[in-house]
Amino acid sequence: MTNQQSLLEVEDLKTYYPIKGGILNRTKANVKAVNDVSLEVYEGETLGIVGESGCGKSTLGRTLLGLEKKTGGTIHFRGEDIGDLSEKKLKKYKKDMQMIFQDPFASLNPRQKIGNALEEIFIIHTSLSKSERKERVRKLLTEVGLKEEHYDRFPHEFSGGQRQRIGIARAIALNPSLIVCDEAVSALDVSVQAQIITLLKELQAKYHLTYLFISHDLGVVRHISDRVLVMYLGKTVELGTTEQIYNNALHPYTKALLSSIPRPIPGRKRERIKLQGDLPSASNYPTGCPFHTRCPIATAQCKEVVPEWREMEAGHFVACHEI
Amino acid sequence: MEHLLQVENLVIGFRTAKGTSQAVRDVSFSLEEGETLCIVGESGSGKSITSLSLLGLLPENGDIAKGSIRFKGEELVGKKEEALRKLRGNKISMIFQEPMTALNPVFTIGYQLQEPLIIHQNLSKQEARKRSMALLAEVGIPNPKEKLDQYPHELSGGMRQRVMIAMALACEPSLLIADEPTTALDVTIQAQILDLIDDLKEQLGMGVVFVTHDMGVVAEIADKVMVMYAGEVVETGDVKTIFEDPQHPYTKGLLAAVPNVDDETQELSIIPGSMPSVDDEIEGCRFHPRCPFAMDICKQKKPPVMNVSENHSSRCWLQEVNNHDKSTVTS
Repeated sequence: MTNQQSLLEVEDLKTYYPIKGGILNRTKANVKAVNDVSLEVYEGETLGIVGESGCGKSTLGRTLLGLEKKTGGTIHFRGEDIGDLSEKKLKKYKKDMQMIFQDPFASLNPRQKIGNALEEIFIIHTSLSKSERKERVRKLLTEVGLKEEHYDRFPHEFSGGQRQRIGIARAIALNPSLIVCDEAVSALDVSVQAQIITLLKELQAKYHLTYLFISHDLGVVRHISDRVLVMYLGKTVELGTTEQIYNNALHPYTKALLSSIPRPIPGRKRERIKLQGDLPSASNYPTGCPFHTRCPIATAQCKEVVPEWREMEAGHFVACHEI
Repeated sequence: MEHLLQVENLVIGFRTAKGTSQAVRDVSFSLEEGETLCIVGESGSGKSITSLSLLGLLPENGDIAKGSIRFKGEELVGKKEEALRKLRGNKISMIFQEPMTALNPVFTIGYQLQEPLIIHQNLSKQEARKRSMALLAEVGIPNPKEKLDQYPHELSGGMRQRVMIAMALACEPSLLIADEPTTALDVTIQAQILDLIDDLKEQLGMGVVFVTHDMGVVAEIADKVMVMYAGEVVETGDVKTIFEDPQHPYTKGLLAAVPNVDDETQELSIIPGSMPSVDDEIEGCRFHPRCPFAMDICKQKKPPVMNVSENHSSRCWLQEVNNHDKSTVTS
């Protein structure tokens, strides 16, 4: 994964949600959902983003696509600053950046036929004739493993796996270069999950897609990703190639996360690094290193000073004082 | 010997606008004290319905059409609601997937914890309060005294699940039914909760019926495993056998479809198609349309449960091919 062209460059990205209160409804504090995130996404790669609920992984994905307003920092897409563009100017880039959601059923109109729903994309973004549009939709459906006759069906007639295929069809319709998959396979049963992962991989090879694959499932992420980013309370704690993260994790949080996954090997002795307590709430942000409240190796320094984001070896970044 | 729980030929039907559909078809299993049975399957396999039926908690339109559920030799099917209520939360307890929906948002944690103690054990209010504090400490909740006066929304997901477990264990049940108790939790919290359930099982000697779809969780917690598909039990065995020597093609497929964190070169295998809906009548074996090994007989005749070894059985015609000289047991 070296010498690659970067597609997306993010620097010091912040997304805060204000907490308002009092008579004047002033902002009392901020929930720091994404806090000083810097990273580069290379063309054609799959970058897995992992972390527990509330770590800001979904907000990061949404902010990159302009679905959430950023509070600070810059986003460059193919070298162009897209962070501060108006909605209108952003439309051009939105074609190039798509998203696959966890529950595609929630984003489909239950009274609209699937074919018509997909056709709408082409009405908005292209000037194709009606018959051309229909043709494109039919092609799309077969592309994602559905049948042409599904054109006239309604969302409720599809199973969970098929609905996710529709979500994928919608995402790839305009030949984007970047797709953010936000827990795209998390709601699916394992047998169907394997089908969808395989489909995503096939499409990536065919169309040279770049994926940001957001998931809490570390098994799935290992399977699909080239590089992995680990987040904790809005901060990036570790970034590396899949190999580096899974075989040579440096950050105590990454280690604990990996050791917590139940392995499908019965009788295997558990050697868990147990984390005490829960994720602190993002509105009550810890000082110093955000992980120090649960960290097994925290020192006095960790409580005071925010650790730097350092490159330990080529492409392997970590934010921890004790390494 | 008397089993702690014995379920025989359980059939559960649901009345729908289109007629009755069978969600659970002829399920039998047994459980001893101090044992954990995992019921594994994908959505629509009937695993949750099976677990709900044990306590008579089926939805309005669901009925046990046939079969028996015996708890310590006592028949539960057909028992009056009042009699069941005496068992629930007392001798048999249940924990659910989403603790927020199972806890009452307008009562404090303490109030909800004391309720079963006051009803089932006739404790006074003070005694119950003392006992609930001890229970919260037991399930690893810091500052139990303070937590007693808090409301469910003030706690995190992991803490709520701990409260649910404390409630379930309040009367020291002999059977705990857990329906996907860790599915909604993060992995670090899941690890804590699984350890907790396992420790308490040892301490109290309860039997545990644990419903899950996560093969990793099964390997961690189960003694025995029962794999369900489309309302039927397709394979049962002890946990080592199921993972190391699975016989049914569905079990094999399920195991191979899980992405392994420790294996970077793994090729995910795919089970084509998707789970049939409950009212799909399928001729022959219910898995044959998705089975890579389907033979002619699979399309015509429903396979019986066949013994692979003493404690290992599979509902598959391949068994007959594999060991035709062994005796078959029809269900």
